[in-house]
This record gives sequence, structure tokens and C-alpha cells, in this order.
Amino acid sequence: MAAEARLARSTPHEIRAAWMFLAPGLLTIGVFFVLPIAAGFLLSLTDFDIYSLGNLENVRVVGLRNYARLLADPLLWKAMRNTAFFLFVGGPLTLGVALAAALLLHTRVARLKGVFRTIFFTPYVTTLVAVAVVFRYLYHPRFGLIDHVLGWFGIPPIDWLGDPRWAMPAIVLLAVWKNFGYATILFVAGLQAIPESLYEAARIDGAGPVQMFRKITVPMLAPTFLFLGVMTTIGYFQFFAEPYVMTGGGGPLNATLSVGLLMYKNGFRWWNMGYAAAIAFVLFVVVLGLTAIQFRIQKRRDA
Amino acid sequence: MVVVNAALLFGAVLALTPLAWMICASLMQPGEASEFPPPFFPSSPTLANYRDLFTRLSLGRALASSLIVSGATTLGVLFLNSMAGYAFAKLRFPGRNRLFGLLVAALVIPAQVSMLPLFLMLRSLKLVNTYAGAVLPGLAGIIGIFLIRQFAQSIPDDLIDAARLEGASEFRIYRTIVLPLLRPVLATLGIVTFLATWNDFVWPLVILTDESRYTLPVALATLVGEHVPDTELMMAGAVLTVLPVLLLFLALQRQYVEGITLGGVKE
Repeated sequence: MAAEARLARSTPHEIRAAWMFLAPGLLTIGVFFVLPIAAGFLLSLTDFDIYSLGNLENVRVVGLRNYARLLADPLLWKAMRNTAFFLFVGGPLTLGVALAAALLLHTRVARLKGVFRTIFFTPYVTTLVAVAVVFRYLYHPRFGLIDHVLGWFGIPPIDWLGDPRWAMPAIVLLAVWKNFGYATILFVAGLQAIPESLYEAARIDGAGPVQMFRKITVPMLAPTFLFLGVMTTIGYFQFFAEPYVMTGGGGPLNATLSVGLLMYKNGFRWWNMGYAAAIAFVLFVVVLGLTAIQFRIQKRRDA
Repeated sequence: MVVVNAALLFGAVLALTPLAWMICASLMQPGEASEFPPPFFPSSPTLANYRDLFTRLSLGRALASSLIVSGATTLGVLFLNSMAGYAFAKLRFPGRNRLFGLLVAALVIPAQVSMLPLFLMLRSLKLVNTYAGAVLPGLAGIIGIFLIRQFAQSIPDDLIDAARLEGASEFRIYRTIVLPLLRPVLATLGIVTFLATWNDFVWPLVILTDESRYTLPVALATLVGEHVPDTELMMAGAVLTVLPVLLLFLALQRQYVEGITLGGVKE
């Protein structure tokens, strides 16, 4: 209310000043973000290809034909399945590991909390391409450290990146390693915000640790879960650098082909930009849908 | 108690081992990392691989490109977002809340959606394979406006009104009163932006088409694609790419974590 009253008192001078401060930033966002998205939709309705790149007169409007072709393209469905695997296996795994780490850090007996928090967070700030290169060697079936250590336990070498069954799990493990520290920090902040009195009251009522975790910790962390869920959905659905660097661009046998990679190859390697724009919009719609579902679930829980 | 700390220690070992191995392997003699069983520590450490990076592979140029692109993007973002964030926090104008809500909603749009038309646009502006082309889309950041606005709301209105009564121009108020007060959040936004730009891969890969302009991640990924066989040399390249951001993070850890968690705070 007070804020609205203040807004009502704005003077022409102040309004003019506000727009002067906003103009450079908003103009940049308009030109380099909003406009391309709108243009991308129009692009997806054309047959823009390498000939159009040379001469714009070669562009024809084809309506929804790109989308029809796309939905019949087995490569899209393959990429969708891989991307869904990355999101629905990698996402929960990342958040699960992060929550476990946060709960450990939150216990009273944990030592050197700050040091551990920094160490867990370190992989998150590293350059994805660089650590993907590192993991490429770590996953090597003969000289890689990972198979060597598994060998101590009698596990025969796994050709992580060469075997279509193991390539996606290998990429998921890299993502979990790299990203869990970020979620850990947010979970720790969320745990610290839960009033201790809630647990005390539950203890008096005779609740056990599992019950308290389910009835207090999880519901109180709901906003953190929502935020991390949305961020992970948007980030993981665009995964690209891992297969680009580790599996030579989606191999073996397209086992690690992602939607982002499919779009990149169509757009920037084969210059089928109209078709690639359609892929981009399919990605957009799916991410938007998944995000909306998460907000809906959260709302229902609040109600 | 022992169990908790042992589990934390185990997690820390898992988190650090890949990075430790990267550093160790970068100091090994050629071919040493491809011996069986795989060694962890170099038998006689050498810096020869790092020398090769700058002479044989000319990654020095990529390092310069990364610094230029990340530095310019950071400065631009700080300038644009501090002005916009301040306006959203402190200046009154009709439609303010609705416009801000619109911007926040746009945060869920995946960046890859805008990439193709952006490329065609910059191509028609003759900005393909230029640093300007690599920097410009990065300036369209929204999260920074959000961060600055959150922080700027704590600036007392009286301070701004008093300056106005004394006849100071709006830009002078921003420069001499607001900016100094925003210093902590500018440090936060600066490091977050620098790290994100440094680590970015897709856009520089698309827009920088010539080797002489490649940023470090693009140069590194290209070396992998060319099947450069020397593990040790590649690890030196990975260290060169990761080390600057790692050091920056360790030096400005508090500011960085603040920026990361502030983004997670709900209204």
C-alpha cells in the first residue's frame, strides 16, 4: 500500500530520470534477448538454409512444416530421451547428494564446516569444458583413474564413454560432481532458517528423527526445492558442452545426443537454421511446461 | 560424530580428486599419464607442458581473448545493471512493478532459444568473429538488475531527496551517492559475471570462428576435437583455463557466495 502511494506521488522529473537510467539496460535486453526470441519463432516458420545465408531472397515461408518434420525425426526423440534422462536422473541425484551434504554440514558435531562448504563448492566454479576434458581421461577404460579404483573392488573395467549404455550415466556423474556444491550452499541456508523451536516441540511430542525430517525439514525447505528445481530444469535441459567435449558430439551411436547439441549441429554445422529454430522452440516449450508444473505443485502444497 | 566427519571427508576427497589429478598430470613427463597402472603423482615434475601451451599451441592468445571478453562483459554489465537496478529500487514511475515482474519472469527462458537469430543479427552487423559479438549478448543480463535492486532498496530515500533539493542532477546523484553505496553488491555482481562469462562455451563457440579469437574453453574443446593425444599437455591446458577463476573465487569467496544465494532468496 505504502509503496503504491509513493508511486502515485512520482513527479514527471523523476519519471524521466527513471527511463533514462533504464533505457540502456532495457534496450540491450530488448535487442539482444527479446527480439531474437521473437525472430527465432519467425525463423522456425521458414526454410532458412545455407543458400539463404548467401541471399535472403532464397528464404521461403513454410508454415509449420519444420515442426511436422521435426516431430517425425527419430533423432529428435533420441535427443529428447537423452535430455530427459540427464534431467530426471541427474537432477534428483544432484539435489539428493546436495541435501545429504547439507544435512551433514548442519549437524552440531560437524567440524571445519566452512572448509568443507568451500571444498564442495569448488567444482561448481570450475570451467565446464576444462573439467569435461579432465573426466574424459578419468573415464578412460585402461589409463583412467576411475576404472582403476573400481578395479580394487574387483569390478571389471567399464568403457564409460565408448559404451552406449554407460555414456549417459558417465555424463550425469560429471554433472552431479560439478553442481551439487551449489545446491548444498542453498540447502544449508534453508536449513539455518528453520527455527529450532519446531524441532524441540516435535521432540516433546515424541517424534523420531525420520518423522521430523519428513514433517518439518522437507516442508520447510519447499521454497529452496522449488528454486533449485526450476534452476536445474533450465540448466540441465540445455546440456551441451559435456557431449561436445567428451563423446565427440553425441556419440557413441547418438547415446549422448542432447536437444541443444541437435540444434547446434543443425544450425551451425549444416546451416539448416529454420529447422534448428524449430528445435529451439520445442526446447523452449518443454522447459516452460516443466517450470510451470513445478510452480503448480508448489502452489498446491501451499494451499 | 566420527561417522559425520568421515562422510564429509569422503565427500571432500571425491570433490577434489579430479582437480588434484588434473594438476598432477599437467606436471608429468610426456606419456607418463598413459602408463599402466595410472600414476597419480608425477615421478619428476616438469613445467614443460605449460611452456608448450604458450609456444606450440599459442594458448596465450586464448588467455588474452578470455580476459578481454570476460573483462569487457563484466564492466558493461556493472554499468547497465547498476543504473537499471537503481531505477527499479529507488525511482518512482508508473508500471514499475509490472515491468520488473516481466523481467523476472523472463529469467526462465533458456538462453539457447535466442542463439540462432542472434547469430544472424550479428552477422548482418558484421560482428561475427569479433570480441564485440562475443560480449554484446552477455550484456543483456537480468539477474544483475535483480541483485542490484534488492541491495539498492536499503539506500535511504532521504539521502537522495536531500541531494535533489540541493539541485544535484539525477546522474550526479547516481554517480556520487548511489554507486559508492552499491560497492559491495557491485563486487558480488562483478565476480559472478566474470566467472560466468569466463566459463561460457556455447556462445563464444558460435560467434568466434577464427582460432586467433578463441576463448580458452573454445580453444581447449577444439584441441580435444583434433585428437591432441598428449594427456599431460591437455591437463596443462585445463589448469590454465580453470586456475584464474579458481583463484578469483578463493580470493572473493564471500562476495561470490552472497551473489549466488541472493539469487535464491524469494521475494
